[in-house]
Amino acid sequence: MPRLVSHPDEVKIVSRRFGKGAARIDRYLKLGGYEAAKKCLAQEPEWIIEELKASSLRGRGGAGFPTGMKWSFVPKQSTKPKYVLVNGDESEPGTCKDHLIFLHDPHAVIEGTIIAGLAIGAKLGFIYLRGEYRYLLEIMEKAVADAYKHGFLGKNIFGSETEFQIITQSGAGAYEVGEESALMESLEGKRGVPRIKPPFPAVVGLYGGPTVINNAETIATVPHIIAMGGAAYAAVGSPRNGGTRLFSLSGHVERPGVYELPMGYNLKKMIYEVGGGVRGGRGLKAVIPGGSSTPVLLPEEIDIGMDFDQVGKAGSMLGSGGVVVIDDQTCIVEFALRTISFYQHESCGWCIPCREGTDWLKKSLTRFHGGFGSASDIDNIQYLAENMLGRTFCPLGDAAAMPILGFVKKFRKEFEEHLGGKACPFAKHLDLSVV
Amino acid sequence: MSVFSPRLAARFDALVAKYPLKRSALVPMLLYAQDEVGYLSDAVIAEVAARIGISELDVRNVATYYSMLRFKPAGKYNVQVCTNISCMLRGAYDVYERFQQELAIGNKGVTPDGLFSLEEVECIGACSWAPAIQVNYEYHDELNPEHVPGIIAGYRGKAGAPSDRSSSPGWKGAAHA
Repeated sequence: MPRLVSHPDEVKIVSRRFGKGAARIDRYLKLGGYEAAKKCLAQEPEWIIEELKASSLRGRGGAGFPTGMKWSFVPKQSTKPKYVLVNGDESEPGTCKDHLIFLHDPHAVIEGTIIAGLAIGAKLGFIYLRGEYRYLLEIMEKAVADAYKHGFLGKNIFGSETEFQIITQSGAGAYEVGEESALMESLEGKRGVPRIKPPFPAVVGLYGGPTVINNAETIATVPHIIAMGGAAYAAVGSPRNGGTRLFSLSGHVERPGVYELPMGYNLKKMIYEVGGGVRGGRGLKAVIPGGSSTPVLLPEEIDIGMDFDQVGKAGSMLGSGGVVVIDDQTCIVEFALRTISFYQHESCGWCIPCREGTDWLKKSLTRFHGGFGSASDIDNIQYLAENMLGRTFCPLGDAAAMPILGFVKKFRKEFEEHLGGKACPFAKHLDLSVV
Repeated sequence: MSVFSPRLAARFDALVAKYPLKRSALVPMLLYAQDEVGYLSDAVIAEVAARIGISELDVRNVATYYSMLRFKPAGKYNVQVCTNISCMLRGAYDVYERFQQELAIGNKGVTPDGLFSLEEVECIGACSWAPAIQVNYEYHDELNPEHVPGIIAGYRGKAGAPSDRSSSPGWKGAAHA
């Protein structure tokens, strides 16, 4: 099992049952499981949505959209069936939090899905896991089967007149499918290319029906919000950023791991106290605050609270909560190259600025890192990235361009040090073979 | 006559009946078919197309999109080394190079005995336990190059046993560390 960590500053809400055998339904029930779903069954859908609004829960996938508001966009009356779709296509580099939720608390995902279904009036929910998470899919499938056996799913959930079914689904390898409209395409048996918005999924989604799509962590948080009350959950976090977040701490840090900390927790403290500082006593060069698509922060920029608003004000994004720590022996040009290689590989090719932009950025950075760049390449890389921003159907184009812009702007000097036929002062790995 | 085992064929019968639209079964079906057959052969694609009621071309169009799906056989044990940022920072390329040396194959290569194949892959969602790899669906984490010969020997030892590529024994953890 992946190593579990803990720190006194953690506030364990979503991770409360980690390591406690809660994948077994009897354990989950002993630990208070399915009480929130029963509570919601006795309430009006509006009550559930109001609790979610009061909680200030914002989407944990990366965009940070208020969950209660998202649910309220689903029309009450619909001629087409409505659906709940749980996004477990966790693929943003630096992010491994949903991994632990599926492993340790699969019933929380099921219970959250039921509650979302009750809130919007859906009878069917899908839980989509990336194809690589096969062992986690098997855990989810077992949990779903157990929930059916207990009558928590089916035609009459918890002995009521209400129906709710869940189908688990496997992907087959595609970062882009983590984008909500591409996710629906994949679930409909197609290539995972994005749809044009509007219409938004809440109105026209899966199979043309109104669909609520939430990240797995968001959904797993919902039962806790119902149990503790929206206002109490909101009080844990910072203004407009309710509750806690599972931060995946990785890279050059002494104690990497997934830590559940209140929203607004100081980033510097997270790295130096929770994570034990930079590995081997080295200096800090940079931090990626929210997964590989979020712009880099310099050491002097990390004395900030980790919530959507404060990280946004600092010029980056909280994203998926994947905090990647980079020490002073790392080549930023190589890091940028590895980042863009990923996005080039994952671009679905639907929008030209993304397809061509990621490809040319990769080519430019490869040449540059190899010591064959010219001074004009630095501006050219920036120009390419700037011209991708906002010009694609889905956020992948931005996700590729934003970090590169950050690297070029904040580490221009390091780019210049690669000029004049000089080989990289840090790196030995130039050959990227991911295709 | 099905190209799939009776067990998988029965699973597919249930799968296509499960969704509001049959076609939703396509992506998982292709992956499960590959787990059993080893790759998406012409016969696999033809049968999947027939089961869902779409053209083979349509199936190929979808299948080529997904990076886990392949059209030629891999080794019995497909070693997938993540070299994305979090793994890279903690030495993934050294692990990857060691696998290349020990197996004497490069990216997407297959050993002559068909036992191993090697792939450099993108993020596998094990960033806090980096560097990590998957062998088929099994994770190994917190690796360094010294772990590589032991991992290879472990699978070589299992090679005589019948292989089930369809499920995952889960997580190897740092048991070998």
